[in-house]
Amino acid sequence: MNKRRKNFLISLAAIIGSLIVIIGLMYLGILDEYTAQILTFGAINVIIALGLNLISGFTGQLALGHAGFMAIGAYSTAFLVMQARIPLLPAILIGGIVTAIFGFVIGFPTLRLKGDYLAIVTLGFGEIIRVIMINMDSVTGGAAGLKGIPSFSDDINLGPIISFIWVYLFMIATILLINNLMKSSHGRAIVSIREDEIAANAMGINVFYYKMFSFTLSAFIAGIGGGLYALLFGYLNPTMFSWLKSMDFVIIVVLGGMGSIVGTVATGFILTYLQEFLRILQDYRLVIYPLILIFVMLFKPTGFVGIVEDTKTWVKRVFLKKKGSMKAGGRG
Amino acid sequence: MTVLNAKNISIYFGGLKAVSNFNLQIEEGELIGLIGPNGAGKTTIFNMITGVYTPTEGEILFNTKKGTKNITGLKPYQITKRGLARTFQNIRLFKDLTVLDNVRIAFHFNVQYNPLQSILQTPAFYKEEEEITQKALDLLDIFNIRQKSQELAKNLPYGEQRKLEITRALATHPSLLFLDEPAAGMNPQETKDLMNLIEFIRSKFKLTILLIEHDMNLVMGICERIIVLNYGQTIAEGTPAEISKNPLVIKAYLGKEVGEDA
Repeated sequence: MNKRRKNFLISLAAIIGSLIVIIGLMYLGILDEYTAQILTFGAINVIIALGLNLISGFTGQLALGHAGFMAIGAYSTAFLVMQARIPLLPAILIGGIVTAIFGFVIGFPTLRLKGDYLAIVTLGFGEIIRVIMINMDSVTGGAAGLKGIPSFSDDINLGPIISFIWVYLFMIATILLINNLMKSSHGRAIVSIREDEIAANAMGINVFYYKMFSFTLSAFIAGIGGGLYALLFGYLNPTMFSWLKSMDFVIIVVLGGMGSIVGTVATGFILTYLQEFLRILQDYRLVIYPLILIFVMLFKPTGFVGIVEDTKTWVKRVFLKKKGSMKAGGRG
Repeated sequence: MTVLNAKNISIYFGGLKAVSNFNLQIEEGELIGLIGPNGAGKTTIFNMITGVYTPTEGEILFNTKKGTKNITGLKPYQITKRGLARTFQNIRLFKDLTVLDNVRIAFHFNVQYNPLQSILQTPAFYKEEEEITQKALDLLDIFNIRQKSQELAKNLPYGEQRKLEITRALATHPSLLFLDEPAAGMNPQETKDLMNLIEFIRSKFKLTILLIEHDMNLVMGICERIIVLNYGQTIAEGTPAEISKNPLVIKAYLGKEVGEDA
């Protein structure tokens, strides 16, 4: 009981603390508007990548069409805010639910497929969604794009800070949602499917049900991310949601380590920053990502988390060699 | 009481009839061995009864305290829920999960709390999680692998992986247990330990057991009834003593006797 409350308070303090530090830095002008925007984009990428991690990393079903879900969330949120004049928070949530419905409908036939087939079909669906968006001129503005989506705040000075708080809180909620889910029996059922589908089935787990559950929830999260993206950016164009965008999320998940929340969060921010940093290289930056991916796959398939674990072991071995006894009795 | 009654089950893979007109009646508390040369169809029969394959013909009735149910064509998870658990020939543990989680997963289908309760971390969630963990640890205790509960399943020695797979199957609370070549890859001492283990779980959990095995010491040592299969058909059935003298069985395993005419 006590330990639980303690854990809860520690994480709450960490969330609020980091929020205060970041906002303070922004307020003091140390974190400028540009960096604030990158951080906000980073948090959106983290949200969607976490959604993808749920289905691909934890459930083991490779999905390559998350930009499509992001697009559905973005356009539905924009529509709800602009046409239906719904307040931002419910608009984002409804956008997520709409995306979840699409996820359910797409998942029902495709989740019966395995491995490579599922990847190809989700890739195809992502593209179909994008093409439909281009052709639904009346709602989406077609290829010309959708302009004038209201932002989180119109305040010129506080705008970036307010946007950041919104996105940051959604990111924390997503982390908690996935973390808590994965630490429950339902989470274990999901991971057992990745580990061995046949054995999971033989242990009484309804494999298809949990695949559907993961996929739909994953779509919901991607939809939320899309909604936040629309409100942050203020402008939508179907070309933003090409399969290259889907690949960005796949790269974040894979580099972070499949099935690792910490890895996805860290890599999400690092890669978003790297992308901005590499803008000087123009189109060549598109070469850097795949190169990183290839090297990680060759030398460290466990990704960021694997590298961190290795570093820990290495540090322990080199610096704590003589303190071996501490480890044995130290945890009192 | 008849626990399981498979009537005339057959399965075709394309044009190949892998198992034809197989009949099996298992009485409560029996320990039955299913033997036969490689490719005789033993694992296929397991897979049909446990729902991995659907038989092309015939029906399978499974009798539990809840009553008799036709389980032909049900999904494996539905059959497991009714009380038929199994292990696999080529150990199928959740390798990258801990020993404890491997067992806890088997308790999952009885979980009462829903995903939302786990996300919100309600008291009901905590209470049930504690119960599941305790039950899993108790079970691991019985098999003397509790001290390894935090290790990854893939890091256990081979014999203990077999043991863990049996533990995991028992966690689903079965009345009927299928063991697919439990002694495969074991040395004589390990096989002997396994025989004791099978006898032990059988009395402790009041189980009915059907096992496939190539190790004749094990089969002849503990099975009360043996069914011999060859080319997808039952060629003999009886006590170990009867089976070891049966000419058809000897022929299936060793070929024709020298000088015998067709």
